[in-house]
Amino acid sequence: MYQSKIVVTFRRSILDPQGKAVENGIHSLGFDKVRDVRIGKFIEMDVYTANRTEAEQITKEVCEKLLANPIMEDFSFTVENHKHP
Amino acid sequence: MNHSSRLKFGIVVFPGSNCDHDAHYATGKILQQDARFIWHKEGSLGDVDVVILPGGFSYGDYLRCGAIARFSPIMKDVVRFAKAGGAVLGICNGFQILTEAGLLPGVLLRNASLQFVCKYVCVRVENAETRFTSKCRNGEVLEIPIAHGDGNYFIESDELKRLEDNRQIVFRYCDGEGKISKASNPNGAMSNIAGVVNTTGNVLGMMPHPERASDPALGHTDGRKILDSVVESLVLQTVLT
Repeated sequence: MYQSKIVVTFRRSILDPQGKAVENGIHSLGFDKVRDVRIGKFIEMDVYTANRTEAEQITKEVCEKLLANPIMEDFSFTVENHKHP
Repeated sequence: MNHSSRLKFGIVVFPGSNCDHDAHYATGKILQQDARFIWHKEGSLGDVDVVILPGGFSYGDYLRCGAIARFSPIMKDVVRFAKAGGAVLGICNGFQILTEAGLLPGVLLRNASLQFVCKYVCVRVENAETRFTSKCRNGEVLEIPIAHGDGNYFIESDELKRLEDNRQIVFRYCDGEGKISKASNPNGAMSNIAGVVNTTGNVLGMMPHPERASDPALGHTDGRKILDSVVESLVLQTVLT
């Protein structure tokens, strides 16, 4: 079994007002070296297959078809060996 | 449809829809047409002339607004109906579902203010030649309420040009005089876009709620012009064909 860890973020061309609000909070804490805060989503899922290539393929398809909307979001992911607890 | 009979409105109900009863009331009681609810798990729309995807928070807006609802069983038949030229009206969450389903271009982002906005706004009719606006004039200002947290319409700039060239932008947020400005934009929508139609003109998505501005008892009836337009256009279409 494999576990996919997926990160979905707004595309660079999309204004991220939530990230901007958090950035203002960070600045008011005094961390003035922090810039360009972006908020995204983190998704974890188990993929029940013994084949890594298949796990990667499934993850990619799920991202393209549901987890990210290509008009506004980009995604990246890692696939790791995973033993059921 | 027999032109002497009433139009059949099918209102799709998703888990989390909350304007379905308003749409049913406006089309059934105010417009005096046939209105019926269609549960999202049904596989077929049945015999309908107009499909309404109502406002609300389908699936709790999980992941993205409309992202899960577009995979509801009924959506396959909604897509088939739309591709065959059937009239589909998506209001608020219904608009979001139509963009997620690929029936309308663009996407609706979180409001630029990050606030949920619930108030009457003015929209200018940009294209009165659609079957949803035939009873309006180009440039007419309608006062219709909005109630959403994610109504910030976004589309790539080359696609925006195509929308404009094809006259697919049907409504723009404006002030009481019809002037388009940043001040009259309640959610940061690109080009003040409040509603768009597909290239074939039979699928409309809009953030304002026409069904909430249809009953004279509530003080505003501008939304009724949109619903009346659909009825008039479809009845006319039937008479002509």
